[in-house]
Amino acid sequence: MSKHIKTIGGRALRDTVHNGGCRECRTSCQSACKTSCTVGNQACANKKNK
Amino acid sequence: MIHAFTFDGTDIVLDVNSGAVHVVDELALHVIRDYETLPEENLAQKYAPVYGPAAVREVLQEVRELKKRGLLFAPDPLPEGYRPPEEDTVKALCLHLAHDCNLRCRYCFAGQGDFGGDRGLMSPEVGRAAIDFLMAASGDRRHVEVDFFGGEPLLNRRVLVDLVHYGNKRARQAGKEIKFTLTTNALLLDGEMRQFIGDYGLAVVLSIDGRPEVHDRMRPFPSGAGSYQQVMENVSRFVHSPHCGEYYIRGTFTRYNLDFTEDVRHLAEAGFQSISLEPVVAGAGCDYALREEDVPVLLAEYDKLTRYLLERRRQGRPVEFFHFIIDLEEGPCLPKRLTGCSAGQEYLAVTPAGDLYPCHQFVGRPGFRMGNVFNGKAGKNSANLFQKAHIYNKSACGQCWAKFFCSGGCHANALAFNGDLLKPYHLGCLLARKRLECALYLEAIARQ
Ligand code: SF4
Ligand code: SF4
Repeated sequence: MSKHIKTIGGRALRDTVHNGGCRECRTSCQSACKTSCTVGNQACANKKNK
Repeated sequence: MIHAFTFDGTDIVLDVNSGAVHVVDELALHVIRDYETLPEENLAQKYAPVYGPAAVREVLQEVRELKKRGLLFAPDPLPEGYRPPEEDTVKALCLHLAHDCNLRCRYCFAGQGDFGGDRGLMSPEVGRAAIDFLMAASGDRRHVEVDFFGGEPLLNRRVLVDLVHYGNKRARQAGKEIKFTLTTNALLLDGEMRQFIGDYGLAVVLSIDGRPEVHDRMRPFPSGAGSYQQVMENVSRFVHSPHCGEYYIRGTFTRYNLDFTEDVRHLAEAGFQSISLEPVVAGAGCDYALREEDVPVLLAEYDKLTRYLLERRRQGRPVEFFHFIIDLEEGPCLPKRLTGCSAGQEYLAVTPAGDLYPCHQFVGRPGFRMGNVFNGKAGKNSANLFQKAHIYNKSACGQCWAKFFCSGGCHANALAFNGDLLKPYHLGCLLARKRLECALYLEAIARQ
């Protein structure tokens, strides 16, 4: 199996809906940038959502 | 929806709707690209002569398996569309401690410190009222954030110190955790301030643009003289001191340094390990603004930067580049990706007089005031506008492969360039997508 395709990030986004949404994580523009909004590089602060 | 691309010989497929990332071989890349338009037997006919029937069968089997697991060609995670939560919580404030500055940076979106208004300092009363407002408006959220911003916030150091003590006390009483960040040009970052930052665990964002000539062109003193030397000395002294905890070097690149990898290199070689270098935000009328015609050069420069970062990593001297950081396993949940920067919602900016605005880049813009720290959040209409400005409502984003990472771009840019919160700033999108490709590539290499 997986001779041709190697999955490196395998958590489906829809699975994060259930335990996610606690909004305890950092506000995205706040931390280092102040001119844009890449949310994909934020860390999740919710232990249940891992 | 998928996005397939190749970076220096590594073939990568992002499955947009699941967020899954796959490193694939050449045959799999072809098959995945064609999978939704050609039936399997046609795919076999097309690729078997080159790669052999057995290999094609294997790839198809793997694709089917991943599809079944929801990691390839996944359907839209919210087929019914997205309804933002109806809540009024505010959990992050950007406090403009000083609408004044000791530099006159040419590209400053704050109108060189004064945000188009009076040069003023925030009083301790306004600052404390802002903290009280945050404690109340954050409801049952445990984590709250305060960013000291300006102008230059260290011009109002007395109030900053007071608010750290006051904020900590109020957070303790309320059973919350408060996180402070200071964004500074470092000119007033002296020994006493370094000690304070260390003692109270402030995160610090330090503004320096890179090579001396690059920095000095855009970041002069009011006299016109360059500030590089003093800034570099202070930044170095701080970052290399025991008082420095979480920090970011935050530079800006403009049309004058499209070769910004050299600036990242300069900063990395000065011993800084967390670097964020961002495209300038400026209207087309400015000589230093980025133009559409610069895009090919900018994209190639991001490639170059990626290779440089990879080389440093291989040499065992890694540097973090803010926009290339990506966490594929423990990144943000879907609800977070849909709310984006939360300007005008969970995140607000506070002027020296205590007025609330959707974010630091909206401060002083007529029509965007959203109440003040004494009477609370007002302006439901503005709040609604921001709440509705999410990727499911922006036509450009619906079709965009980067949507669940980008979250719809910067509202301030959309408004500045297109006069519409629902129309993202196109040049910003091109760069955002490129940075995401670079980030995915670096992650793919790290896992190999
Ligand atoms: S890159 Fe542009 S189009 Fe794509 S999601 Fe971001 S703002 Fe929307
Ligand atoms: S609107 Fe733009 S500048 Fe303001 S918080 Fe959002 S991403 Fe940041």
